[in-house]
Amino acid sequence: MTVILTRPDTATAASPKRRRRAPGWLAVVPLLVVTAIAFGIPALAMLNGAFTVKDQATGATSYSAANLTGSLRGAYLTALLGSVKLSAVSAAIATLLGLFLAQAVVTSRFRALREAVLTASGVLANFGGVPLAFAFVATLGNSGVLTDQLGLRDKGWDLYSFSGLTLVYLYFLIPLMVLTITPALEGLRTQWREAAQNNGATSAQYWRHVALPVLAPSLLGGFVLLFGSAFAAYATAAAMVGSSIPLVTLQIADALSGNVLVGQENVALALSLDMVVVAGLVMAVYLPLQRRSARWLA
Amino acid sequence: MARLNLWRWGVLGLAALYFLVPLAASVVFSVDMGDRISFDAYSRIAGTDGFVTSLLLALELAVATIALVLLLMVPAMVALRLGAPKLRPVVEIVCSLPLVVPPIAFVAGISTVLKWGPEYLSRTPLFQTMVAIQNPDFPVVLVLAYVVMALPFVYRALDAGLRAIDVRTLVEAARSCGASWPQALLQAVLPNLRGALLNASFLTLALVLGEYTVAHLLGFRPFAVWIVDISGAQAQMSVAVSVLSLLVTWVMLLALAALGGRRPATPTASQG
Repeated sequence: MTVILTRPDTATAASPKRRRRAPGWLAVVPLLVVTAIAFGIPALAMLNGAFTVKDQATGATSYSAANLTGSLRGAYLTALLGSVKLSAVSAAIATLLGLFLAQAVVTSRFRALREAVLTASGVLANFGGVPLAFAFVATLGNSGVLTDQLGLRDKGWDLYSFSGLTLVYLYFLIPLMVLTITPALEGLRTQWREAAQNNGATSAQYWRHVALPVLAPSLLGGFVLLFGSAFAAYATAAAMVGSSIPLVTLQIADALSGNVLVGQENVALALSLDMVVVAGLVMAVYLPLQRRSARWLA
Repeated sequence: MARLNLWRWGVLGLAALYFLVPLAASVVFSVDMGDRISFDAYSRIAGTDGFVTSLLLALELAVATIALVLLLMVPAMVALRLGAPKLRPVVEIVCSLPLVVPPIAFVAGISTVLKWGPEYLSRTPLFQTMVAIQNPDFPVVLVLAYVVMALPFVYRALDAGLRAIDVRTLVEAARSCGASWPQALLQAVLPNLRGALLNASFLTLALVLGEYTVAHLLGFRPFAVWIVDISGAQAQMSVAVSVLSLLVTWVMLLALAALGGRRPATPTASQG
C-alpha cells in the first residue's frame, strides 16, 4: 500500500535513474509473495510440527526434540542411510557416464546428433517417476521381457533391489548430468587444447592439467545435484518396490498416510526435516561450486 | 583421431542401447499376449474408467502452472537485469530453496497446513479458502505446489536465456526508438527469450504431467496417480500408458521446438 502511495512523488521528484528503479523491484514482489505463501507456510509448518509432541492421552502439545531423535533411530535411521547410499552410488556412476556421453556428443561434428541427444536428455531427465518405473518393470521385472529372454532370474537378478533401483535411477540421472555438464564442456576453448598441444602436452596431460581442473567445479556440482535428485526421488521407488527397500521417502509417505502407527505424522515431519538438512548440505556445496564454474566459463 | 572416433561411437552406442532397450521392451511387453501380438492394452485405454478425467486434470494443472510461473518469473527476472540487481541473490535463493525441500518433505508440510483448516480455522473466512483450493475438480493447492517446484528449473532456463542477450542494451535501444516500457519488454526482450520461455514451459509441463508424489499424498488423482492406481489390476495397460505418455511428451516437445525454431530462422541470415 505504501509503495503505491509514494510512487507519484518519486516519479516527479526523482532522477530518471530513480524512476527506473521503482518498477524494478515492484516486479519481483509478486514472486516473493507467492513463494512466501505457497512455500514459506508449509515449510514453517513442517519445522513447527517436527518439534511438536502431542500427548495421545491428554491431547496437550509441547515442544521437544523427541520426534527428531526418534527419526534417527531404528528403522528410520536405516531408511535414511539407505537413501544416502543409493543416491551417492547412483550419482557417482551417473556423473562418470554422463561426462563420457556429453564429451562424445559435444566433440561430434554432427550438429543434428548433438541436438538430438540434448533434446532427448531434456526429455529423459524428466522421465523419472511412474512411467520410468513401469518401463523397467516391463523390461527387467519378474516377468519382464529381458528377464524372460535372457533367463536373468536364474542368474539371481532382482530388479526390486538396491542394484536394481540404481540401474533405474541412472536412466534419469545420466541425462541430467549431460544437461549439466554440456555447457561446461562447450566452454572448454579449443585454444586451450591447442596451446597445450603446442607446448607438447599429450591428450592425457591436457585432460589432467587443463580440462579437468576447469571442469572440476561443474563435475562436483553436477554430482551433488544428481545426489539431491536421487535422494528426493519418491515416485519411481514407490511405484516399483512399494516399501520393500528402506528409503527415507517411502518411510515418510507411510507415516503420512498413517500406515504405520497413529500419531506418527510428526515423526514424518521430523524425517522430512532430516531430508531438508541433507538437501541443504547438498546445496551448500553445489551453489558455490556452480558460481566457481560460471566464473571460469564466462 | 580414429581411436577417438571409435571411443565416441562406443559411448554413443552403449548409451543408445541403455536408453532405448527399456522403451522397446515396454512396447513388446504391452503387446505380447503370450502366443500372439495384440494392441488390446492400447485400444482399451481410452475407455478405461478415469483416463479422460485424470488426463484432463493433469493438462489443466499444467497450463495453469505454466501461466502462473511465467507470469511471476519473467517480469522478476527481467527486472533483476534492469533495475534491481541487488535483489538478484534474494531471488536466486528463493528459487533454489525448493531444491532444498524435496517434494515429499514439501507435501508433508502442505498436508500439515491443510489440516489446520478443520482444526483451527473453521470459523474464519480462511477456512472457505482452504476448502476452495482443495476442490478435487481443480485443486489450486496443486498449482501452487507445482509453481514452487518449478521455480528452480524456470529460474535456470530464464537465466540462461537472459545471459545470452544484453537486456539493458535491447531495452535502451527500443526505448530510444520510441517504444514504451511494455512495448520494449513485449516486442524486444520477450522475442529474444523465446527459446528460454519454451524451455521453461516444457520443463514445467513435464514436471506437472509426471508429478506423482504431491498429488498422491494429498489425495488427488491426476494422470500419474491414475497410472499407478490401475497398475495392480492391469499391468499391461499401465505399461502401455507409460509408453504413450512418453510418446506424447516427445510429440509436445517436437511441436514446441518447431514453433520456437521456425520463426527466428526466417529473418536472420546468421544461421550458417
